Amino acid sequence: MMDDMRYDATTANAIEAAGLVKRFGKTTALGGVDLVARQASVLGVLGPNGAGKTTAVRILATLLQPDGGQASVCGYDVVRDAHQVRQLIGLTGQYASVDEGLSGTNNLIMIGRLLGVPRAASRARAAELLARFELSDAAGRPVKTYSGGMRRRLDLAASLVGRPRVLYLDEPTTGLDPRSRTDVWGMIRGLVADGVTVLLTTQYLDEADQLAHDIVVIDRGKVIATGTPDELKAKTGGQVLQLSPADPDRLAESAALLGQLVRADVVTDAEASVASASVADAALLPYIVRELDDRGIELAEFTLRKASLDEVFFTLTGHRADDEDYTGEPQEESDR
Amino acid sequence: MTAITMPATSGPGEGSGPALSRRIGPLDGLRNTFTLTWRSVLKIRTNMEDVIGLSLQPIMFLLLFTYVFGGAIAHGSTHAYLQYELPGLLVMTVVFATLGTGLMLNQDISSGVFDRFRSLPIARWAPLGGAVLGDMVRYAISVAVTIGFGMILGFRVTTNAASAAAGCLLLLTFALAMCWLSALIGMVMKTPQGVQTFGFLAFFPLVFGSNLLVPTETMPGWLQAFVKVNPMTSLTDAERGLFTGGPTAIPVVHSLLWALGIFIVFAPLAVRVYRRKT
Repeated sequence: MMDDMRYDATTANAIEAAGLVKRFGKTTALGGVDLVARQASVLGVLGPNGAGKTTAVRILATLLQPDGGQASVCGYDVVRDAHQVRQLIGLTGQYASVDEGLSGTNNLIMIGRLLGVPRAASRARAAELLARFELSDAAGRPVKTYSGGMRRRLDLAASLVGRPRVLYLDEPTTGLDPRSRTDVWGMIRGLVADGVTVLLTTQYLDEADQLAHDIVVIDRGKVIATGTPDELKAKTGGQVLQLSPADPDRLAESAALLGQLVRADVVTDAEASVASASVADAALLPYIVRELDDRGIELAEFTLRKASLDEVFFTLTGHRADDEDYTGEPQEESDR
Repeated sequence: MTAITMPATSGPGEGSGPALSRRIGPLDGLRNTFTLTWRSVLKIRTNMEDVIGLSLQPIMFLLLFTYVFGGAIAHGSTHAYLQYELPGLLVMTVVFATLGTGLMLNQDISSGVFDRFRSLPIARWAPLGGAVLGDMVRYAISVAVTIGFGMILGFRVTTNAASAAAGCLLLLTFALAMCWLSALIGMVMKTPQGVQTFGFLAFFPLVFGSNLLVPTETMPGWLQAFVKVNPMTSLTDAERGLFTGGPTAIPVVHSLLWALGIFIVFAPLAVRVYRRKT
């Protein structure tokens, strides 16, 4: 019966969610979230801390039941067919973790055995994955002796033991050094090339920019934008003018002037002494230069570039993605 | 058997959809539990701190109670007191060791290990069952160390081997029931520190408010009333009977009934909290 509904890998979306609602007491963590991940693509789910990203992933991974809406993985409902969904997914991230008290090898063998793989085959698979993630040297050591980067790699290996078709990566590179981050990115690209669908949540906009085919931006439990990275960048007017006065003391003055001229919000970074704003009309540029010159503001930098996802996020939400003071929703940890 | 099909050779990108099982058979659930029991046992073996703690704690108790209190309580004869207290210390050691079950569950939940288990197509109760079964090994270690070190100090079984073995078995049965209370505490508390604090608050009066170390007759009347209904008293009486002689039938039956009662109350409660929480 269920087999008749078996999903066709060539056409269907790997993940579909519609109107997901999740409340914890009085707070609404998800207020009706829709998202779709195409087969063998990376869907980036972006949002600040507490936006509802983790809650969404936990629902899609059958760890949490939604209060409203529905979601399916490869055609299987995450609530009704949770057992089937669990055979299709792999989960990596800040919460689904490896066992610190076991060695890398035994962590992977344990998961293989739990998936019903015979002992010898589990051992072989563990060795294969450890080699692939450059952990062979540390295979016999307890995980608590691993570095952060090694642990992340083992975590990723653990989620691949069952050869998942859909992989959830919950902030896979948070806290990693740039080199390990690039390594993880390479691994993700390899998996997608093999046909795995990846749902990636991240706070890092450049990460989404690098990896994601499609992006969903979530803020305060709602989807506020969807599209490809390029589409999202185009939404803000496309171009960003960035200028830096030679005299850092005149940054505020320059920023105010820029704001008047382009009639848009100006982002200033006092530390780098940089002001930037999106510019819809490039014909304004000579005019801006002249106005600054008239006031005797000498420029150290004056550039026009494509908007980064950071600026997209700012335009969409009115706050920065990495704004630590921002508390739109309670931390999800307290809701578990 | 509804085996979970994860072909060992095929890659994930193949055209046809995966063959999925629809539910977990009881046999698979049992196999999952044994895999997770293996995990717990492996963790004991690789965690030397835990093994040292498990072995040193009974040794410390034996030395302290025998030589600090022994002289005062048994009028100078530490050997007589050792014969009296050792069955009680067995009870104490095993009951305190059950706290480890709650601690480990708490760690597994807060570290995210349980989330990984729950994202796998395994029986829902297997992680809980595996943790409890695996801890039986820890309890067995603490019982063995207590008896072994006690014998070095001069303790002698004055009944017979079969009777002593029955005593050990009764201890483990009781621990199997008590660890569900510990599991419940482990899941309700937010942090390992909370488990430790609350666990000791719950277990200390239970352990020391009994005839485990001193005869009931030496206590004031109101306390005697509590001591007499305390399950630790029944268990200690049973262990004394089985190791060093005396009445056994009634205390053994009482202990088993208590174990059953504790299991019936706390196991379903723990499972319910586990299902709700995870």
